[in-house]
Amino acid sequence: MDNLLVAENICKKFGNFTALNNVSINIPRESIFGLLGPNGAGKTTFIRIINQITMPDSGTVYLDGKPLHPNDVGHIGYLPEERGLYKSMKVGEQALYLARLKGLSKAEAKEQLDYWFTKLDIKHWWDKKIQELSKGMAQKVQFVITVLHRPKLLIFDEPFSGFDPVNADLIKNEILQLRKEGATILFSTHRMESVEELCDYMALIHESNKLLDGKVDDIKRAHKTNTFEVGINPFNENELLAELNGNFKIEKAHFKSLSNDLKLNIQIKTSESPNDLLQYLIAKSRVNHFIEVIPSVNDIFIKTVTRNE
Amino acid sequence: MNNLKLIIQREYLARVRNKTFIVMTFLSPLILVGMFSLIAYLSMLNNSEKHTIAVKDDSGLFEGEFENKEEIDFVDVSAISLEDAKLLVKEKEYYGVLFIPDTKNSKELAQSIRFFGKEAPSIGILKQIERTISKNLTTRERIARGLDISEIESAEAKVNIQIENFEGKRTSKMSNYVKMIFGGAAGYLLMMFIIIYGNMVMRSVIEEKTNRIIEIIISSVKPIQLMLGKIVGTSLAGITQFSIWVVLGTVLLFITSSLTGMNLLEAQPQMETIEQASNGEIQQLIIDIANLPMLTLIISFLVYFIGGYFLYSSIYAAIGAAVDSETDTQQFMFPIILPLMLGIYVGFFSVIENPHGTVSTIFSMIPLTSPIVMLMRIPFGVPWYELVISLIILFVTNAGVVWLAAKIYRVGILMYGKKPTYKELYKWIKY
Repeated sequence: MDNLLVAENICKKFGNFTALNNVSINIPRESIFGLLGPNGAGKTTFIRIINQITMPDSGTVYLDGKPLHPNDVGHIGYLPEERGLYKSMKVGEQALYLARLKGLSKAEAKEQLDYWFTKLDIKHWWDKKIQELSKGMAQKVQFVITVLHRPKLLIFDEPFSGFDPVNADLIKNEILQLRKEGATILFSTHRMESVEELCDYMALIHESNKLLDGKVDDIKRAHKTNTFEVGINPFNENELLAELNGNFKIEKAHFKSLSNDLKLNIQIKTSESPNDLLQYLIAKSRVNHFIEVIPSVNDIFIKTVTRNE
Repeated sequence: MNNLKLIIQREYLARVRNKTFIVMTFLSPLILVGMFSLIAYLSMLNNSEKHTIAVKDDSGLFEGEFENKEEIDFVDVSAISLEDAKLLVKEKEYYGVLFIPDTKNSKELAQSIRFFGKEAPSIGILKQIERTISKNLTTRERIARGLDISEIESAEAKVNIQIENFEGKRTSKMSNYVKMIFGGAAGYLLMMFIIIYGNMVMRSVIEEKTNRIIEIIISSVKPIQLMLGKIVGTSLAGITQFSIWVVLGTVLLFITSSLTGMNLLEAQPQMETIEQASNGEIQQLIIDIANLPMLTLIISFLVYFIGGYFLYSSIYAAIGAAVDSETDTQQFMFPIILPLMLGIYVGFFSVIENPHGTVSTIFSMIPLTSPIVMLMRIPFGVPWYELVISLIILFVTNAGVVWLAAKIYRVGILMYGKKPTYKELYKWIKY
């Protein structure tokens, strides 16, 4: 699959502070890409470089195979983390203005606005001022303004912070719809569960360095430890525990179940098959629960970050 | 380029549609005209008051000399005693008693005339009386000394020095005042404009920052485009406001003066200089105004306005970008106000004293003060090469300041929660 956006060896310093240290990231076309990292890792700087708000000290960003050009702002839709609108400007006028700044003609902008306002059922807000709208309402307008010019690349910095659950869900579905229609989406967040849910690809930035990137599934596969979470009712608990302790790495597990089970995490060697473990357990106990532990993005994140410290 | 146009348009409309702007634009001329009308009306009221002065002329020299005028009536009370005259004046609420004692010696008489009144008489009235008496006494004294009055009158030489410049253009003594007024008004106007509209630019930058719309906009346009668009749009709003003021003020003045039937132009110049000025001098005044380098003045006003306004408002924009709220701007305001004030003071003291002196010339070259000081100098005639040098310095500095301001602006608009110091601003420039 080809990449819509390629960032090569991006470096950016602010005075003595290094915001990005040789970061390279490829974003495949029509994917949802999660850019992860704790606060202050350099995510926003990276996004601002893509948006040509800040210029990198070195390194190049390619969009569609060509180095980024000022006119490319029309191909990018950006919803920054710090977002707002002109309070005393009317909704319609404001949307038109921002759309035209992105290079749309007045007629095109009107047409798109009509489409989106009808779709989100907010047409009657056209002549209202932003200050008359509730926060949730303003967020909808904000979203429309971001996607209005049908950008190839949509960038959302902490998209769900500040959105109420109803709007967040609505926006999520719209984002998925946009992807279906050919848009590529870059999420920047420190909230791992949203990445888990939506992203196909991810990259992890920590203290200005990219620690890992790739397909979310691949990363998970690479990080899984062949550990299985089991809930068993052993025929002879002490004997079984002693035997397990001898053959595997085990530790107590925590999950909810209805029966009063012995809950364990059992790690097997890569050479061993889970079938063997299961067969062994079936012979010694009643097995109520047997599941492979797939590391959550959160786990991978914490593990990677701590390993690098 | 297209985006710049869009931004200018938005900024302009945002300023012009603002309620305060509308109120200020349409209320200020009303207030101003109202104030002028009130002053004119009051001074007219003052003048229309008729004063009656009782004259007790014991000398008998001034019979019929005091003619009733529009504002003064003279009543001859020579028949009664001074004490009675005083009582009469009190009773009838006259303005006062003019007492001329019976002294034949005119020198002595000149010193012994007295005026009794509840309050001191107005200077205008007193001067009039003094003139009448002095003329009368002088003539009498001359006759008494056996001088030929007609000879003296024909021998009198009235001196009126005609001022001309080397090119042979005639000017009047008032021409310097005229130049002062025009130059001063232009300089002052420019300063007000810079402060008012520079502040507007700053507030608008802060607004974008606090509204958090800034990042959305600069993901579409370059920060410098936004900054320039804002400055230009706001300046256009300012020009609109001033144009409306000029038109509205003229119309309102015209309406009020025709409604009340008073001539505002005549109500004001009560000064003796104008009273005494012959028709020729008033004509000369008009010629003086016409002789001012008006075209140069207007063109320079526009050019210096553009230069000065851009210089200051880009600094204002940078300050707006550096802070989070208007209250944080105080520490940066002083360096802006200082040169403006300096310009005005140098203008009002140094330029009027000596328009082409060293101080005036230097300050009309320093870019921070040159727009104000040079505008004040222009009516006095400034050599073209000085103008050119001053403008070159101004615009070169301007380019530099806009560039620096844009650097601070670019970094500042994305900085939140910090109260920046000068040191930090310097660091931003280097980013």
